[in-house]
Amino acid sequence: MFESGSILSLAVGLVVSGDPELWSIIALSLRVSLTAVALACLIGLPLGAFLAVVKFPGRGGLVALLNAFMGLPPVVVGLFVYLALSRSGPLGVLGLLYTPTAMIIAQTILVTPLIAALARQSMADLHGEYDEFFRSLGLSTRQTIGALIWDGRYSLSTAALAGFGRAIAEVGAVIIVGGNIEHVTRVMTTAIALETSKGDLALAMALGLILIAIALLVNVAVLSLNRTAKRLAYA
Amino acid sequence: MLKPPELTGNGASLATSLFPLVISDLTFGSRERTLIDNLTMTLDGRGITAVMGANGAGKSLLLRLLHGLLTPTSGTINWNGQQLDDDIRARQAMVFQRPTMLRRSAADNLAFALQGLPRSKRKHRVEELITEAKLEHAALTPARLLSGGEQQRLAIARARASEPELLFLDEPAASLDPIATHAVEDFVRDIHHDGIKVILVTHDVGQAKRLADDVLFLHRGRVIEQAPAEEFFKRPTSAAARAYLDGQLAI
Repeated sequence: MFESGSILSLAVGLVVSGDPELWSIIALSLRVSLTAVALACLIGLPLGAFLAVVKFPGRGGLVALLNAFMGLPPVVVGLFVYLALSRSGPLGVLGLLYTPTAMIIAQTILVTPLIAALARQSMADLHGEYDEFFRSLGLSTRQTIGALIWDGRYSLSTAALAGFGRAIAEVGAVIIVGGNIEHVTRVMTTAIALETSKGDLALAMALGLILIAIALLVNVAVLSLNRTAKRLAYA
Repeated sequence: MLKPPELTGNGASLATSLFPLVISDLTFGSRERTLIDNLTMTLDGRGITAVMGANGAGKSLLLRLLHGLLTPTSGTINWNGQQLDDDIRARQAMVFQRPTMLRRSAADNLAFALQGLPRSKRKHRVEELITEAKLEHAALTPARLLSGGEQQRLAIARARASEPELLFLDEPAASLDPIATHAVEDFVRDIHHDGIKVILVTHDVGQAKRLADDVLFLHRGRVIEQAPAEEFFKRPTSAAARAYLDGQLAI
């Protein structure tokens, strides 16, 4: 049996020593998840605002679908992206399977519904407040959406951070489309899964600690953002 | 799209006026409740018109119908022979009872209403409007941190930004203290002197006496009295208006 205390000290030692392998894994994790969240915001924020502003038949169904997709199982998303990108799949010619790009695609699909659904909710609240004023000014739908996103930026940043939390922590999608290839597609969560099954608990633990630290940082960021917003009374 | 404001001035410079405003058989409501009931009236483009009446008489609804924020159930609203469209609405502006303050600075709230103006001219116009609203000290303050009176003046200045010919004000001084009310009233008077027609909903008899040239008195979704202000306050002809002015409940 391992002794948990010694694993912990090994893990801390690994973090402190700046082990290059460890840090390259962390860097890739951040690159993949941050890119995915940025793309998901580009799609999800206008989509959420659009659904909050424009009335059309079937909107209710679309919103319900979006809300349901907030809980998309990462493994299932990974499977679909895998099928699309595999050699015989529709996008097979691109040769993207087992690359960081494939992981970014999978996480973008995973996180976009979450960000869009959260954005729709806060945009709908804000739109209720602004609607008559905007109609009085005769704003176009495009101008309305732009103004709502800008004025709702604090609550939308919370949506983006929630998306980041989901992306950085998921393992199912990235392991299927990335393949957990050393120095190429290995990220924190896939490395933890692998090292645990290999028995290298110190590395797994070190990665786990850093993952938790990142989660904490994200939460601190949310809190201080909201506090700043309140201080400025914009929110 | 925002219409670019008329840079040459307001009302007078345009080929056709918005007035006379002719409303006939205007009705608005649901199946259960009629809120505006066969309202018929004519209004000319001069002066400040006060719309008065008890709560639920349909004052705010009337403003929203005139501004096109609500669609009538039946009846017509004619602006000098024309139905309301985007062009006509662009020549009107409205300040709501609880003015919408964008989550931006006071100056940016004004700039927002000037999107039709080229960027180079926008800054100058914002400064003009800030001065008119007497908000020089608060131009960069987040609008939502301004006091009630300052917010109301900002909202009026913002409504002015598009150089409307007609300004709707929905209880512009509700819940303001006397000094802030006074400042808002001065501002409204200035606007009127610049040739802008003002239609103002108010519950404040004193305010109506101070500002209004004529009064529309609404009761249960109808105009039951339309008279010059002086006449209305001296000799209201309807029982409901008399009761309202005496501070009684109209039954």
